Amino acid sequence: MWKYILRRSVQIVVTLVLYLAITYFLLDAQPGDMTLQYMNPRFTETQRQALRIRLGLDRPVTERFVMWIGNMLRGELGDSFSESKPVIDIIKERAPRTVFLFLTAALTTFFVGYYLGRLLAWKRGTKSEYIITVFGAVMYSIFTPWFALLMVLLFGYTLKWFPLGKFLNPVIWRGLPLDISANLIFNRLMLTALLVALAMLAVFLLVRRFAPGHTRRILPGVACIAVILAALAWVIYPYAHLAGDILHHLVLPVLTLTLVNFSGTMLLTRTTMLETLREDYIMAARAKGLPEKTVRDRHAARNTMLPVFSNFIIGLPFIFAGGIITETVFSWPGMGLTLLQAATTNDIPLIMGTWLFIGILSLTAHLVADIAYVFIDPRIRYA
Amino acid sequence: MTAITAPQPHALESIRRARLRRSWKNLLENWRLFSEDKIGLLGLGIIILYALLAAAHPILMNTVWSPKVYDPFIGNDPQVLENPAPPSWRHLLGTDPMGRDVLSQLMFSTRNEFVLGFLAATITVVLATSVGALAAYYGGWLDSLFMRMADLINILPFIALLVVLSAFIKMNLWVLAIVLGILSGFGGNTIIFKAQALTIKVKPYIESAKVAGGNDWHVVFYHIVPNLMPLAFLNMMFTVTGAIFAEAALSFFGLLNVRMSWGIMIYTTQAAGYMLRGLEYWYLILPAGLSITFLCTAFYLIGRALDSVVNPRLRQR
Repeated sequence: MWKYILRRSVQIVVTLVLYLAITYFLLDAQPGDMTLQYMNPRFTETQRQALRIRLGLDRPVTERFVMWIGNMLRGELGDSFSESKPVIDIIKERAPRTVFLFLTAALTTFFVGYYLGRLLAWKRGTKSEYIITVFGAVMYSIFTPWFALLMVLLFGYTLKWFPLGKFLNPVIWRGLPLDISANLIFNRLMLTALLVALAMLAVFLLVRRFAPGHTRRILPGVACIAVILAALAWVIYPYAHLAGDILHHLVLPVLTLTLVNFSGTMLLTRTTMLETLREDYIMAARAKGLPEKTVRDRHAARNTMLPVFSNFIIGLPFIFAGGIITETVFSWPGMGLTLLQAATTNDIPLIMGTWLFIGILSLTAHLVADIAYVFIDPRIRYA
Repeated sequence: MTAITAPQPHALESIRRARLRRSWKNLLENWRLFSEDKIGLLGLGIIILYALLAAAHPILMNTVWSPKVYDPFIGNDPQVLENPAPPSWRHLLGTDPMGRDVLSQLMFSTRNEFVLGFLAATITVVLATSVGALAAYYGGWLDSLFMRMADLINILPFIALLVVLSAFIKMNLWVLAIVLGILSGFGGNTIIFKAQALTIKVKPYIESAKVAGGNDWHVVFYHIVPNLMPLAFLNMMFTVTGAIFAEAALSFFGLLNVRMSWGIMIYTTQAAGYMLRGLEYWYLILPAGLSITFLCTAFYLIGRALDSVVNPRLRQR
């Protein structure tokens, strides 16, 4: 197992370097450079050449790429052209927001899709299957920016349940002590979520080890306790209303992303489950006289999980791409919006930085998925 | 005697005719399977409707609609004083904030969407079938090269990549179609086609083609690729959906160098501030967004219906 993780990590590093190299060379192959874009147009040719030499733009592109990689490993990604700030600071500030949005949306997407798909396969041929399938297909191919705008129109503008955009309400945040920043609250929120998840994972592993077969009875209770404890900790904290403000802003983007993405998982779960239902062991389970619910949940659904899960992981970049659109429409100041701004202003260091972030995010997701397979499917053993 | 030795044209004819009859029968059988799925028929209906809309636009422009009033880029109606104007008999879907007829824009853009979708899908399918077949047939380093490449493309968020590319390449409809075709051709589709080609490679008729003296090229392109075609047709449908979506998203961001498209229509509505003024302006908000959604859904539904034709395990019964 450890050997496998190590080998995968090496593979991932190689893929990442390759991926960055392609982007770097592609960006470099474009005509013009920053001495043309961001400098005084009245520069003479000699001055421009001197500047190029000072910036190292006269060196061959491979050498510059190696230098860029070296700097990246030291945590220096250069300064953004358009924001006059180090790129690494911009990423540090905005990456948590995107990760939070992305993880929340990915989790809800997966579970909603999985449960609905299971239901759909079970209700094959009924009217509700037909309606949910058409609804799912429409949501699968709905035009995301337009749909997000409609959501804002409905929930933000007409019903006024949720704010129109941004990720906090400046009125509430006025007059706070200087050491309380949005990012501090935000990071604490993330930390809480992480701790709850870790606690649940630990309990899950312990239960599986010492009382297998009781996971279904114990886990929901543990989940409730963990969530209640986390909520209590926040109520004691004096700035809980600020966290509430951020969460309030989070609801609509997550809802939109979930609605747009769940149907892919749902339709695949349905197809896979229909194939699983033809297997002999399902007939055997029924012949044993097991209740239908047990056949569905413990025999059919468990075996459906693996292909669905792997497809979901492969689809994660698409959820992220949907995240770019969602971040733009909701003005959620995360990495997706940053990438769009960087691309429209030809801000190469920022593009490379954002791109690095996206690459690391999707590659890590793949690694996590590979490891998670072991827990989902006991037949898989990595040697 | 001569009747036996001389070539008999009608006998050859009948073989050809028999083949034709067989493929016609196949087609009918497939159509029967396809039409069993009412959802697929719904998709086909929507596509035919939009194809008619696209075809009707040049005819209308040349006969009923005066180009000065109904031109999708520069049209302006002197009888309408206040723009955007709600629907009337003169403008069935009203006019946009610049006084152009919304229905005319919608119909004009439809053709572009079809061209873009089919071009991207064709490039994808041609690339993915040949690369998949070659990788499966030869295996070895060629296989691992293409598979690693597919993995690499697979981890990229499509829209993000297009956003980055559009910063540096002047993207118009043709460039976008080619980029999309290449990306999805070398991406996940290759893996699907390779998996399928691997199962074809071990079929007895490949063996007999080799024994009959066919070289590698012949076997790959005359025996493996044609047998990938059903799957290719199915994948074309999904690629069309992706292409239309990508075009609209890029237009919406204002990154695409296109004069008129459904994405641009939404972009114009939003940029002029009519998106969040309530459903009073439904004729600006709904047509383009619904069209993108319907057309994408239609291609997707057809793809699903074809899936049950190609893949017997999914059939009802």
